[in-house]
Amino acid sequence: MVPRVLRVRECIEEMEGVVTLVLEAPGHFAFEPGQFNMLYAFGAGEVPISITGDPTESGVVRHTVRSVGQVSHALTRLRPGMELGVRGPFGRGWPLERAEGGDLVLAAGGLGLAPLRPVLRQAMAQRSRFGRVVLYYGTRSPETLLYREELAQWQGADIEVQVTVDRATPGWQGHVGVVTDLMQPGHFDPGSALALLCGPEVMMRFSALRLQELGVATGCIHLSMERNMHCGVGLCGHCQFGPKLVCQDGPVFPLEEVEPLMKIREL
Amino acid sequence: MEQLVIDVEGLQQLLDRLVQQVYEVIGPRVRHGVVTLAPLRSVSELPAGLVEVQAPGSYRLEPMETREGVRPLFVHRVGPESWRHFLHPPAELLWCAERKDGHLRIHPRAAEAPRRAFLGVRACDLAAIAIQDRVLAGGAHADAGYLARRNRLFIVAVNCTSAADTCFCHSMGCGPEVKEGFDLLLTELTGGGEHRFLVEAGSDAGANLLRMLPSRLPERGELEERRRRLRQTAEGMKRSLPPGAASVLARNLEHPRWQALGERCLACGNCTSVCPTCFCSRMAEKTGLDGTRAEHWRYQDSCFNAAHSYIHGGVLRHERGSRYRQWLTHKLLHWQAQFGTPGCTGCGRCIAWCPVGIDLTEEVRMLGEVAA
Ligand SMILES: Cc1cc2nc3c(=O)[nH]c(=O)nc-3n(C[C@H](O)[C@H](O)[C@H](O)COP(=O)(O)OP(=O)(O)OC[C@H]3O[C@@H](n4cnc5c(N)ncnc54)[C@H](O)[C@@H]3O)c2cc1C
Ligand code: SF4
Ligand code: SF4
Repeated sequence: MVPRVLRVRECIEEMEGVVTLVLEAPGHFAFEPGQFNMLYAFGAGEVPISITGDPTESGVVRHTVRSVGQVSHALTRLRPGMELGVRGPFGRGWPLERAEGGDLVLAAGGLGLAPLRPVLRQAMAQRSRFGRVVLYYGTRSPETLLYREELAQWQGADIEVQVTVDRATPGWQGHVGVVTDLMQPGHFDPGSALALLCGPEVMMRFSALRLQELGVATGCIHLSMERNMHCGVGLCGHCQFGPKLVCQDGPVFPLEEVEPLMKIREL
Repeated sequence: MEQLVIDVEGLQQLLDRLVQQVYEVIGPRVRHGVVTLAPLRSVSELPAGLVEVQAPGSYRLEPMETREGVRPLFVHRVGPESWRHFLHPPAELLWCAERKDGHLRIHPRAAEAPRRAFLGVRACDLAAIAIQDRVLAGGAHADAGYLARRNRLFIVAVNCTSAADTCFCHSMGCGPEVKEGFDLLLTELTGGGEHRFLVEAGSDAGANLLRMLPSRLPERGELEERRRRLRQTAEGMKRSLPPGAASVLARNLEHPRWQALGERCLACGNCTSVCPTCFCSRMAEKTGLDGTRAEHWRYQDSCFNAAHSYIHGGVLRHERGSRYRQWLTHKLLHWQAQFGTPGCTGCGRCIAWCPVGIDLTEEVRMLGEVAA
């Protein structure tokens, strides 16, 4: 139950208030894409944060944190050389093996790109395992684009990267609107596609509807849920979502398991 | 199973033996007008001849008429505290962190688990302990503190020879007869005006202890009294949970009654405080003034608190009706999916201690009748 102490090697400021922490993890920190760690900032507390690195990369573990409150703020204030506590990896990840040989469709909203990044890294490294790979990524404005340089790398590695923003700024040449606008027939084969969604709940709900409309089977859509979490291991009761404990049964769920629950107000 | 009879002096010797074996004995004691659970060493500290008279929103401690001229020690039933307060205490230090010379060190809490004996655990509360075992120690990640305390526990259970108006353990299949999960089991007998206890051992530790007590074999009438009292207790139970409660809830998650309930419920969290199976907790950090030490604490929490469902955008269960629905559906429906057992034993505490007298058995009945 007690966290391991890891040292911060590097802090990458992605945008105002969002930092990617590169932590030194002796040996290989094994995890499944979609899993999370509990990160402990001394004197502030412990919160769940997705693992966002490359699962095959040795010696480090990566997290992207947005400062929204006490603990996340303390995490974004860490500097190289400082130490923090890490427990994990926890939870159920993306069922990537099910995409083998078929198309892979990813839809991310805002920081929801973080837990999908390990999938993109794997898709890039083992490109031939999948058919077409498409990323739909929506964010508030061009300044809030995450992993800017990597977006271009993914594009260069035969991954179709489609980006949209809610609000354009001068000079923005790309799409403006919601992420579902990007999803058009012909981008992927709905019969073989596995779709992975992560972002705000409304964004995931509408994305799932749009993908179903395009012919993706409900059983091939998976999404990552977010609930209040204090322990990460099924003991504190906070992450209940009806019959599910998000930290144990999720955070990644098949749409079929959570769709009926998402329709119930204030569950 | 071997059954022996001891008298009140034998019960005192049982306490003495437990104390000798370095157990801290916790049992029912009257404090501030209620029966609480507290350390005790003498039979004279037990709530002799007192009953906890309970109804929705009400609890009173009253002297009873003697039973066959005897003032029984265990007719009181259940008070606001449960054994959970000892096994999964409302506040617990999980780890200490230290920051020195730029390095962080995290130490697990070193404290030894106490060696405790619980005296007078009723069938409903044994069921509650079994439920918490599944929740806190039955999954992939056990709660280390709970497990340590649990492993050092000695349980002296007691069969209920009368029930409160709020009890419904019989309909939950949890009582009134104790079946398993104890070291020793007592049934208080008063037949013929003689005050004595039928004792049964449920473990080797229990059998060893029982052998040290002055005892005799039971007479047929004593075994008959045990059967009769348990049958009367079960048959006299006025409350019950309607059968099929889980499916009634599953079918009515959006019933207008939740909103009506939200108007009565104060979201005070009393029900979650007195319930012997509730386990929700939040973690909080305590820091020293010099900034070199911090403690990570676990505190009891309740799904009636707004912060329970908070994620940065706001509180997910904003309305009180939604919080009440969380509590009731967790107990009677979703607990099963999460832990393979219902989360309610029928102890009735939440009925008695609800300041506005909400009765979960009644709510389930209403939801079942007034189908949405
Ligand atoms: C599975 C999972 C993965 C996540 N991955 C990331 C990530 O990669 N990057 C990132 O920046 N954020 C992520 N989050 C959200 C992050 O955990 C919250 O932003 C964080 O807990 C806020 O804590 P705070 O103390 O800074 O804020 P406060 O608003 O002060 O929160 C108080 C407490 O409420 C709880 N809490 C509040 N918001 C959340 C939340 N959204 N989710 C869970 N618990 C919450 C925490 O226990 C927190 O300590 C993830 C959440 C989950 C459940
Ligand atoms: S829900 Fe009520 S009756 Fe059931 S175990 Fe908890 S306190 Fe007892
Ligand atoms: S969610 Fe509510 S009812 Fe369930 S264990 Fe937690 S406090 Fe008790």
